[in-house]
Amino acid sequence: MVPLSWYILLSAVMFCIGIFGFLARRNLIIIFISIELMLNSVNISLVAFSHYLQSLRGQVLVFFIITVAAAEAAIGLAILIAYYKNNPTIKVDEINLLKG
Amino acid sequence: MTLPQLFFLYFAVSMTGLSLLVVTRRNPVHSVLWMLVLFLHIAALYLFLNAEFLAAIQIIVYAGAILVLFLFVIMLLNLRREETERMFQDQWPVGAGIGVVLAVFFVVIVGKIAVLAPLGEYSIDAVQAEGHIMSIGKVLYTKFLLPFEIASLILLVAIIGAVVLAKKRI
Amino acid sequence: MLKYILIPLLPFASFLINILLGRNFIKDRAHWIAVPAVFGSFVLAVSAFLEVMNGNTININVYSWIASGDFTVSVGFLIDQLSAVMLMVVTSIGTLIFIYSIGYMHGDGGYYRFFAYLSLFVFSMLILVMANNFLLLYFGWEAVGLCSYFLIGYWFHKKSAADAGKKAFIVNRFGDFGFGLGVILIFLTFGSLEYLQVFGGAGAAMGQTISLFGYEVDLLTLICLLLFCGAVGKSAQIPLHVWLPDAMEGPTPVSALIHAATMVTAGVFMVARCNPLFNLSEVAMNTVAVTGGVTAIFAATIALVQNDIKRVIAYSTVSQLGYMFLALGVGAYSAGIFHLYTHAYFKALLFLGSGSVIHALHDVQDMRNMGGLKKHMPVTYAVFIIATLSITGIPGLAGFFSKDEILWRTYLAGDLGKLLWFLGTTAALLTAFYSWRLIYMTFHGKFRGTHEQEHHLHESPKVITVPLMLLAVGAVAAGWVGIPPVIMEHGDRIGEFLAPVLGHPEGHGTHAEEYMVMGASIFVALLGWFVAHRMYVKTPELPRKLGASLQPVYNLLLNKYYVDELYSKTLVQPVLRAADRIILGFDTYVIEGIVNGVPGLIGAFSRKLREVQTGMLSNYALVMALGALCIVGIWIFLR
Repeated sequence: MVPLSWYILLSAVMFCIGIFGFLARRNLIIIFISIELMLNSVNISLVAFSHYLQSLRGQVLVFFIITVAAAEAAIGLAILIAYYKNNPTIKVDEINLLKG
Repeated sequence: MTLPQLFFLYFAVSMTGLSLLVVTRRNPVHSVLWMLVLFLHIAALYLFLNAEFLAAIQIIVYAGAILVLFLFVIMLLNLRREETERMFQDQWPVGAGIGVVLAVFFVVIVGKIAVLAPLGEYSIDAVQAEGHIMSIGKVLYTKFLLPFEIASLILLVAIIGAVVLAKKRI
Repeated sequence: MLKYILIPLLPFASFLINILLGRNFIKDRAHWIAVPAVFGSFVLAVSAFLEVMNGNTININVYSWIASGDFTVSVGFLIDQLSAVMLMVVTSIGTLIFIYSIGYMHGDGGYYRFFAYLSLFVFSMLILVMANNFLLLYFGWEAVGLCSYFLIGYWFHKKSAADAGKKAFIVNRFGDFGFGLGVILIFLTFGSLEYLQVFGGAGAAMGQTISLFGYEVDLLTLICLLLFCGAVGKSAQIPLHVWLPDAMEGPTPVSALIHAATMVTAGVFMVARCNPLFNLSEVAMNTVAVTGGVTAIFAATIALVQNDIKRVIAYSTVSQLGYMFLALGVGAYSAGIFHLYTHAYFKALLFLGSGSVIHALHDVQDMRNMGGLKKHMPVTYAVFIIATLSITGIPGLAGFFSKDEILWRTYLAGDLGKLLWFLGTTAALLTAFYSWRLIYMTFHGKFRGTHEQEHHLHESPKVITVPLMLLAVGAVAAGWVGIPPVIMEHGDRIGEFLAPVLGHPEGHGTHAEEYMVMGASIFVALLGWFVAHRMYVKTPELPRKLGASLQPVYNLLLNKYYVDELYSKTLVQPVLRAADRIILGFDTYVIEGIVNGVPGLIGAFSRKLREVQTGMLSNYALVMALGALCIVGIWIFLR
C-alpha cells in the first residue's frame, strides 16, 4: 500500500516547482502554465485525500477546480492577446503600466 | 517494496522531472508538450486512486481543451524574438529560494500530520458496486447542486469575457 | 418649558436662516424673518414676565452640556425677577430697533448680514441673561462680545470701523481674562457653577483666604474683583472705557441696541446677579462704587467738548453706566437695575434720534455742521427733547426717578457715600449741560452744512419715527414703576419686585434729607440746562472764547485725557514691537520650519516609498509569495 504522505509530498514538490516557474520565468505563457501546474498538484493531493478518507468531496472539489482553471485560462489568455495587440511583448518584466 | 509502491515511485520521479522540464523550456511549445505528457501521468495516477471519472476529465478538459487553447495562443502571438532573450527574470534566485524553502516547510508539515478525519461511506467497494460516475454524479447533483450551478455561471462569465477581450471591435 | 427655550431660539433661528440663505435668496427681505422672530421672543418674554409676577421663578435644565466626573454643567435657564426685567428690556428694545433698522439700513449691501448678526446678538444676550450657571453666562458674555465685534466692524471696508471692532474686542480681552479667572476660582471654591449652589455656599466661603504672590487675600474679595474686571471691560468703565466711543463706527441701530441699551449693561446685570457674593466683600463693593462714581464724572467731562454727535452720546452712556455701578457699589442693586432699565429706553431713543439726524444729513456726524434741524425734523426733535429731559432728570420722567434713587442711596452710604454723591451730582450737572448742548447745536440756530445738504433735509420715514415715538413713551413712563416712597406710598414697585433676588438696600435717612438730595439733583439739572442755553443760544460766540481762554483744559478734554495715547505708548506699541521681533525670529525659523519641515519629511519618505511600487506584476507576486511563506513558517514554528 502506498502511504498518503507520499502523494502529499509529490504534490508539494510539484507545487513548489510551479511556484518557481511562476516567480522566475519571463514568458507570460509559461507563467500561465506554471499556474496550471500548481492547480494540478493541488488536485493530486485532493484526490489522494479523497481516496484515503473514502469520501467523494475531494473529487467534487477537483471537478470545480478544473472548471475554474478552464475559465481562468480562457480569460487570462484573452487578456494576454488583448494586451499583445497594443504592446507586442509578453515579457512580464517589460510590462509595468501599473507603475505610479 | 511492493509493486504499487514501485509504480508510484516511477510516477513520482517522472512527474517531478516533467514538471521541471515544463518550467525550464525556452520554447513555450515545448513546455506545453511536456505538460501534455505530465497530464497523462496525472490521469494515470488518478486511475491509481480509483478516480476514473476525474482521469477522463483530466484527459478531455486539460489535455484536450486547455492545452490546445495554449497552443492556439502561442500560434497567434509571434514569439520569434523570445527565443533569443533571457529566460529568467532578475528575481529568479529569490523565486527558487522560496520554492525550496516552501518544499522544506511542506515536508515538515507532512511529518506533523497525525490525526485524520473519520472514514466516509464511499469505500472502494461501495463505489465499485454503484459505479464511479454514478456515485460522483449523485453527490454533485444533491449535496453540491448550488456550487455546481455557480460553476456553470463561472464558465458563462469566462465565455463572455474571453469573447469581449479578444474581439477587436464590439 | 418649550416657550422659555424658544425665547433665545427664535432669534437664533433667524440668524441661521439669514446667514445661510440671506446672500442668495432672502437679500432685502431679511427683516421679514428677523423682526417676527424677535417680536416672538418679546411676546414669550412678556408671558414669562407675567409668570414671574405671579411669584413663580423658573429654573430649568435643558441639556447636559458638560459632564466630567464631579464637574457638570448644563444648559439651563433661570428666569427670576432680575432676568425677567432684563428679558423685557432686551426683547422690547430689540424689537423696536429691529423695526427701526428696516428704514435705517435700507439699501445697504449687507442687509441680510446685518439682520443675521443682530439676531445672533439678541440670542447671545438672551442666553447671557437667562443662564442659570456661570459657564453659560460666560458663553453669552463672549458671544455678545463677538457680535459686538461683527457689528462695529460691519462696514469693514472702512479702516476705522475695522480698527474699532478690533479695539473693542482686544480691550474686552483684558476684562474677560479676569472674568474667566473669576469663574474658574468660583468653581474651585464652591465645586459648582450653578448660581443657586454658589450663592447658597457663599456664606460658608466667607473669611477664607488664598495665597497670592505671597500675600494672604480674602477669597471672596478676589473672586468679586475678578468678576468685576469682566464687568469693567464689558460696561466700559475706567480704565477700559476706551473701546466704547470708538465702537460708534458701527451702524447707529447697533450703537443703540448693543452699545447703549443691552450689551454694555451686561456688566451691571452680572454684578447684580452676583450680589450674594459682592455683599460679603466690603472691599469689592467699595471698588465698584468708586469705579462707578469716578467713571460717571470722568466720562461726563469728556462729553462736554466732543463734536461728534454719537460720541457725545457714547460718553454719556459711559457716564450713565458709572451711575449704575455706583448704585451697585453702595448696595442699592435694585436702583442700579432700575436705572439700567430706564436708561435703556432714553439712551436708545437718543441714539436712534441721532441716527435719524445722521440719516437725514447723509452720514454727517459732526455737530458743527448741523444746526437748525428743528423745523425740518419735528418728530425727531420732539423725541430728542423728551429723551434729554429724561436723562437730565427732570421730575416726572423716567431718568429722574432712577437717578434720584441712585443718588439718594449713595448719600446714605456713609462718608465715602457722601463724597460719591457729590461726584454723582456734579456729573448730573455736566450731563444736563452736554445734553442740552447737543440739542442746541443740532436743532437750534442756523444750518451750518452745505446748501445741497439743506436742500435734501427731510423727516425720516414712518418706519424710523414710529419706533422713536414708542421709545419716547418708554422714556417718559418707564420710571413710573419706581416712584420713591417719600412721594407715593408703595411707589417703588420695581424695588419691591426685585427684592427677592437683590434684597433691600440698607440705610435710612430723614425725609428732609431725601428732599434735599432730590432738590439738589433737580437744581443741577436746571442749572446745566440754563448754562447750555446761555452759552449756545444767547451768546453763540461764548463757547469759542471760553475754549480759547481755557486752552489746556479744553484740549485735555477734547483729547479724552489722552488715555488712548497713553495706552498706545505704554501697551500697544511695545507689544507690537515685541511681536515684530518674535515674528522675525520665532515665526521664520520655528513655525515655518515646522510648517515646511513636516511636508518636506513626508515628501522625502514618500519618494523613497514610491520606489516600492515598481508596476512589475511579478514583483508583487514575489512579495505575496514571501508573505505566504512567512505565514506558513509562523504556523509551523509557533504551533
